[in-house]
Amino acid sequence: MSSGQPLSETVVLAEGNVEPLLRLRGVGKSFGPVQALTDVDLTVPLGQVTALAGDNGAGKSVLIKTVAGIHPPDAGQIYWQGNPVHIRSPRDAAALGIETVYQDLALCDNLDIVQNMFLGRERLRRGLLDEDSMEKAAKDTLLSLSVTTVRSIRQPVASLSGGQRQAVAVAKAALWTSKLVIMDEPTAALGVAATGMVLDLVRHLAAQGVAVLVISHNLNDVFAVADRLAILHLGHMVAEGPASDFDRQIVVDFMTTGRSSRRSGDGLVDGVGRSGG
Amino acid sequence: MSQHDVEVPGNADDTSPAPQVRAEALDSAGVHDQHAAAPGRTPLDAAVVAAPEVVSNSFGEYVRAWAKRVRSGESGVLPVLGGLVAIIVIFQVQEPVFLSAGNLINLLVQGAVFMLLGMGEVFALLLGEIDLSIGYVAGVGAVIVAAVVAYPHSWPWWAGIAAGLAATTAIGALQGALITRLHLPSFVVTLAGLLGWEGVMIFIVDSSGSGSGGTIRISNNILNDVVNGNMSPIAGWILMALVVGLFASFTVFRDSRRRAGGLVTPPVGAMLLKIIIVAAAGIVLVVLANTNRGVLVPLRGVPWVVPLLLGVLGLWSFLLGRTRYGRYVYAIGGNPEAARRAGVNLTRIRTVAFALSGLTAGLAGIVYESRLGSISINIDGGTLVLYAVAAAVIGGTSLFGGRGKPLHAVLGGLVIAVIYNGLGLLGVGAATEYIATALVLLAAVTVDAVARRGRTLGTS
Repeated sequence: MSSGQPLSETVVLAEGNVEPLLRLRGVGKSFGPVQALTDVDLTVPLGQVTALAGDNGAGKSVLIKTVAGIHPPDAGQIYWQGNPVHIRSPRDAAALGIETVYQDLALCDNLDIVQNMFLGRERLRRGLLDEDSMEKAAKDTLLSLSVTTVRSIRQPVASLSGGQRQAVAVAKAALWTSKLVIMDEPTAALGVAATGMVLDLVRHLAAQGVAVLVISHNLNDVFAVADRLAILHLGHMVAEGPASDFDRQIVVDFMTTGRSSRRSGDGLVDGVGRSGG
Repeated sequence: MSQHDVEVPGNADDTSPAPQVRAEALDSAGVHDQHAAAPGRTPLDAAVVAAPEVVSNSFGEYVRAWAKRVRSGESGVLPVLGGLVAIIVIFQVQEPVFLSAGNLINLLVQGAVFMLLGMGEVFALLLGEIDLSIGYVAGVGAVIVAAVVAYPHSWPWWAGIAAGLAATTAIGALQGALITRLHLPSFVVTLAGLLGWEGVMIFIVDSSGSGSGGTIRISNNILNDVVNGNMSPIAGWILMALVVGLFASFTVFRDSRRRAGGLVTPPVGAMLLKIIIVAAAGIVLVVLANTNRGVLVPLRGVPWVVPLLLGVLGLWSFLLGRTRYGRYVYAIGGNPEAARRAGVNLTRIRTVAFALSGLTAGLAGIVYESRLGSISINIDGGTLVLYAVAAAVIGGTSLFGGRGKPLHAVLGGLVIAVIYNGLGLLGVGAATEYIATALVLLAAVTVDAVARRGRTLGTS
């Protein structure tokens, strides 16, 4: 589990004086002629759930991959706890304390649950894999998340159901003492019960002082868990602010057209141009 | 390599991207949860494919879980062992000499080259790649060793071996670098190697001044004795006791420690059975080898190639099973994208795997020339590599990456050697030999493909 330590001193960021955990300024990314992100700003504070919404092709996945070190940005700057950082690889991201649960879960079917949870960060003892200690830690984490449906943590991931796979992927992120957990469509392939379990888990992580960035275009999920909302439209950040500033219709407007005539409340960045796509 | 991530949200193949703003929970219950809808995917069945030790506490349960797993296509080494027994019975019925001590040891020695090449091939196959060049890479290694040790160069045997192995490792690394850095298909790069290294091999023989008529004789005793020399009978027993003892004490120590820690452990009965099988195999081997198999002069003892094979098998099994490097090889074979996101350096792991494949091929080349007492440019590297792939696949290594062990190559190599040797004894000629090997290979690939289909039915 991630540090049980409450990070209460940073919760004052509601006042706006403390640097947020993660801040993006003017981030841009293109793949050849395709401009996936243009001048994107985003703020992700500790202890809160930030939902990143947007229609298909809006650039949500690209945006989180710039933070996760998969696609380093072409332009702009990422600030981590107020300091400019360059996240060039997944290892850089992990070193900062960023864990990502991908939409495709990024699990190896041929490896078992323990092996998947520790992939890339295996524990060693005298230069060799320390299977015993990894198995114990994995077991403890799964139990702490109340994931009890798997028969054995030594069974290959290929033999798990969709919900069990998601649980393993989430437990993998939770295993590491992380400051920021990014989740890409964590509920997209899940049934009702499993969705509820994952949303509970998201709230649970935030309550422990972890910053959570969730991608979703399921508005039920967004309003169920998010403290803050950020909406992407064709690679532009068209709205960002506390979830209370939005209602369902406004979010749909922003997601589909990049602007909303209904918007209420301040702090919203109004949408502009629609390049790329 | 795999994905050039021009990112399209929802490009995952594992989860269906929900269309638009998803229409509420109702359809997510059944329709979107494809895993629930897929056949053979219910939680009940999920346990079926799990390894026996993870779902059982008693020996009886273990056996039942194992039988279930075999039926579901996760058969491990069972088909190859079953096939081996069947083929042996057929040959023994046809030709009573087959199971004589002399012939069995001869067969083992014949198979050593296939086993070593197969173990090299396992590295490529585990990554989901293939190495078609290792037959001639072995040839290059063999001619380098032979050439520098022979007159007029007359290097000491160990320097020759070191030079040969260094060359084959470098060749493997070079091919690996082309495959990983330039993103060329391994099939094409190593196909070029299949042609090119034969040329290099001929060039070395022609220009070394060590050979005549395209053949270099091995006059060094130690090089000849790799295959043709035998340990003394007592040394054979000591080696056997050492290997079995190490295996048994390691297994018992690890299992009891894990059991004490409350970790997943196979039942005691299964553990004992495993140790007994290994001990029995060791005893049978040494008894056979220590039987006099000479015709005019007494000839007995375990051939030196056996400890060499065991050493390579143990080393590669250890590397793949117990180290971080090995874990990453399996991870890349299972899901390269997941490995990349976990921060695994795919380029390095892959390149090293091809280098190890080359190194193992070099050892095979030395065994090959040691057995013949010479090395000729007529060595058929094309057939050898096909036997190598066949050995690995017959033994149970998947052609599709992520599944397999060095042990599989040893067992598969044994099958090929049995066919080769048995048909030779029956005097049926090359035609039948090739056809029989082809049929066995087809059968093995079919088992692999069927097992894979069983798995993916549930997975995607």
